[in-house]
Amino acid sequence: MSDTQKVVPSTPATISPAPLPKRARGRGGSFLLQRAGFYVVTAWVALTLNFLIPRFMPGDPAQALALQITRQTGAQLTPEMLDSIRTLYGDPNTNLLEQYLSYLGSIVTGDFGIAVSRYPTPVIDLILAALPWTLFLVGVSTIVAWVVGTGLGVIVGYRPGGKLDNWLTPISQFFSSMPSFWVALVCLWIFALTLGIFPSSGGYDPSVPFEITNFWFLASVLQYGALPILTSIFVGFAGWLFAMRNMMVTTVSEDYVTLARAEGLSNRRVTFRYAARNAMLPNITGLATSIGAILGGVVLTEIVFTYPGMGYLLFNAITTKDYPLMQAIFLMIVLAVLIANFIADSLYVLLDPRTREN
Amino acid sequence: MRRLLKNRKFAVGMIISIVFLVIALLGPWFVSSVMQVDPRGIDYDAISAPPSPQHLLGTNHVGQDVLAQLIIGARGSVTVGLLSGIIATVIAVLVGTTAGYLGGIPDRAINAVVNVLMTLPGFALLFIIAGYVQEAGILLIAVVIGLLEWPGGARSIRAQTMSLRNRDFTSALRTVGESTPRIIAVEVVPHLGGVISSMFLKAVVAGIFMEASLAFLGLGSTSEITWGTMVSQAQTGGAILRGHWWFFLPPGLAIALIGFATAMINFGLDEITNPQLNARLNARTRQFNREQRRRRALAEAGGPA
Repeated sequence: MSDTQKVVPSTPATISPAPLPKRARGRGGSFLLQRAGFYVVTAWVALTLNFLIPRFMPGDPAQALALQITRQTGAQLTPEMLDSIRTLYGDPNTNLLEQYLSYLGSIVTGDFGIAVSRYPTPVIDLILAALPWTLFLVGVSTIVAWVVGTGLGVIVGYRPGGKLDNWLTPISQFFSSMPSFWVALVCLWIFALTLGIFPSSGGYDPSVPFEITNFWFLASVLQYGALPILTSIFVGFAGWLFAMRNMMVTTVSEDYVTLARAEGLSNRRVTFRYAARNAMLPNITGLATSIGAILGGVVLTEIVFTYPGMGYLLFNAITTKDYPLMQAIFLMIVLAVLIANFIADSLYVLLDPRTREN
Repeated sequence: MRRLLKNRKFAVGMIISIVFLVIALLGPWFVSSVMQVDPRGIDYDAISAPPSPQHLLGTNHVGQDVLAQLIIGARGSVTVGLLSGIIATVIAVLVGTTAGYLGGIPDRAINAVVNVLMTLPGFALLFIIAGYVQEAGILLIAVVIGLLEWPGGARSIRAQTMSLRNRDFTSALRTVGESTPRIIAVEVVPHLGGVISSMFLKAVVAGIFMEASLAFLGLGSTSEITWGTMVSQAQTGGAILRGHWWFFLPPGLAIALIGFATAMINFGLDEITNPQLNARLNARTRQFNREQRRRRALAEAGGPA
């Protein structure tokens, strides 16, 4: 901490450090409160879109859905089920506002309707089973890709126009321009089918008992998750590399970095503790804005590896025209993105003193 | 312009993009009259055949020529990219300049909408709409993609407009009594060239990507050929399981090349407008500094002795 304080132009806060923590927490808190309000509004917009889209589609989705269920399963719908479908997909007999209110009510209580493709399982059960797998993939691959990309960006950006920069930057740009599902297919082809190093599909070894406490089960989860995770890292790391590189290039020419160098500090210390530390901030906000795209990529990767997460569930929902499932997955993706955004905002408050001061 | 072409990244990106544009424009003519192949025609003697003189990139699982499909697919994919890019850019310019120029309450309202739309994952919105409109043509897909892609660009255009709004030339026109739409169209938009072109290129690539992703999810066009539908066919046709690389590698590489090319153009433009980012200039400065230091060291060593 003392290193940065030495180089950052002194603010009143650095002169009297004692009362800062309390005030800082207050400022950061109101910033976060404001952000939270924004995310609530965004979630409401998503909910409303989710309500409007099926109602503005040609035909009567609710009617079609009821017919589809009877056709696929041969089961007669109970009046309660018909009611639930009407709530979620539109009822010509009640007005839109009433429908909207009861729709919001059922979403808040977690009632997303019944999955057509796996009648009569409630949609929420399918989603809760798939969610942990996707969170695992997204979490691990995002963290690794971010660390690798940002780290390489620091190294490359410290010497723009150097040999490493001239080669690594365009090559990783090329990598990052590949569609995730295509990279997944190529990985599947090379590592699973040709070399046989990793399993080609699934999320765990089916011959091992499905217990979270079982060591072999966890080991098989890692083994089966390796290829999807590698794919996501491969597609994702370059974006962080460029952002970091460009920020580094501009930061390296700042006066305080020159001063640090003039003080005779080691190259490594100047790079990481002076330049990189400040250049990293946009990469952290970038984490928030890109989480939607990362999720999109992971969703497609899961389909290639028939990984039991949300992406594969979505694929099944689309191929069987299971609208309740599709819409619930849509809401879940939105929710995940909003939560990730909020986490990134909180991180930003922790890392950038400027959001706490003035 | 000469400064642009001197930049290696920009030149490479431009060349690749132009090649793809030419393929998209002339490809169908080339396939039918020079190669004399029907991209949907089936060669029963060569099903899933590896590359050979007859089929330079082999054939797919139903016996269609992969090279012909790749060339035809370029038109499909590039059309989706360009159309969605144009739609997204036009909306972004309209919304961004209006918000940035007017300021005040209209700006705050527009900005709130833009922020909400930016946070909503566009991909998820796209699949849910496409899920309801199944078997949409590529034009409809392009329009929907374009309608979802504009918020990011609108934000940067708004920021740029806000700074232009207070420059002397705009305030001069305001005092003369020029109408707001005219000031925006004639004075503000031309100064946004850099932001607009970079946003447009990104939107084109994003459009190609999204169409390919939709096709892979099974929501693409069933009647037209695009690179996305090719990869998706390879997947469903079992090309990966059987290791028929000639079927699924080329379309993905084509998408990657276009993405690479546009990114290089943007990189080059950045370097030209922002000398701090110029890699070659930076390298030369470092070399100069090193040389200076060496001379000084030599002089010091030689001086007092």
